[in-house]
Amino acid sequence: MHEMGIAMQVMNIALESVPSEMAGVKIERVNLKVGKLAAVVPSSLRFCFEIIAKETVLAGAELSIQEVPVTAKCEGCGLQWRLDAPVFTCPSCESGSVKMLSGRELEITSIEIEDEE
Amino acid sequence: MEIKVVRNVLDVNKTLAGRNRDRFSQEKVFVLNLMSSPGSGKTTLLEKTLVQLAPDLKCAVIVGDVCTSNDADRLAVSGAPVVQVNTDQFGGDCHLAAHVIAAAADDIDLEDIDLLIVENIGNLVCPAEFDIGEDARAVVLSVTEGEDKPAKYPVMFRVCDAAILNKTDLLPYLDYDVGAAVGYMGQVHPEMPVFQLSAKTGEGIDPWIGWLKEQVTRKRSRG
Repeated sequence: MHEMGIAMQVMNIALESVPSEMAGVKIERVNLKVGKLAAVVPSSLRFCFEIIAKETVLAGAELSIQEVPVTAKCEGCGLQWRLDAPVFTCPSCESGSVKMLSGRELEITSIEIEDEE
Repeated sequence: MEIKVVRNVLDVNKTLAGRNRDRFSQEKVFVLNLMSSPGSGKTTLLEKTLVQLAPDLKCAVIVGDVCTSNDADRLAVSGAPVVQVNTDQFGGDCHLAAHVIAAAADDIDLEDIDLLIVENIGNLVCPAEFDIGEDARAVVLSVTEGEDKPAKYPVMFRVCDAAILNKTDLLPYLDYDVGAAVGYMGQVHPEMPVFQLSAKTGEGIDPWIGWLKEQVTRKRSRG
């Protein structure tokens, strides 16, 4: 629902990440990691990003989103597993004391800029 | 050429939330972020909660709504200071962000209160994603909604420290399966306490009040 706000943050961080001596260089791709349980819809995020990136050095840049699966660790028996549904009960010992290891990510990992001819 | 960045997209909000958290801790104020879908009875629950807490704790409330000050007007009756935040001034947001709470807290005498309750925008998606510098989060679900809401909105139920199943006075008139709702919450967040109550009649409200008081006391004793 707040994908436009997220897209604006992504744009700001991407623009800030261009070293000053490269100012004005075209950014071709922004690489993002988005957890399956980060309340963000990748297709909406791409759509919003495309709109706000117009008339910036990010115009036409691809938002490359790597979706991160939800994984958890049981604090009882130590089992680590990947969740296909939001059920945070240990499948081995049925303990409910479970720590989420991944799935909430929402981070920019890198930007790719146009190579000079 | 690839330039490594590795920055959380919400790091501006996270930084501001951290600042809020430090400020609230310095003033020894416990902050509860209360969330739910629209119409689950958050404001009625707050009205009753404020009355119950009044003899023991000094409370203040920040109320978030997209529009109107209706909720603030209802809560002001309790005598607790209430600050209304309308997010349409900030772009019609679907959640309260840390900078909004920082500005609203300027209107509250933090030195004078023990507990600050933030009634977030009615929404089960976005508020779960935005840290506002709170100490605990609670979600209100009511028996007029689907039993499977916790499974449909797992992030919200996963990030909360307590859940309230509200409007239990309506159960005789509904085909609601309380066991199923509690079961779904147990799947998403097995160790989360669930308080079944009716904010309207006050039935079942005592354990919720007790939990809240315990949280405030625990923070105080940590210094």
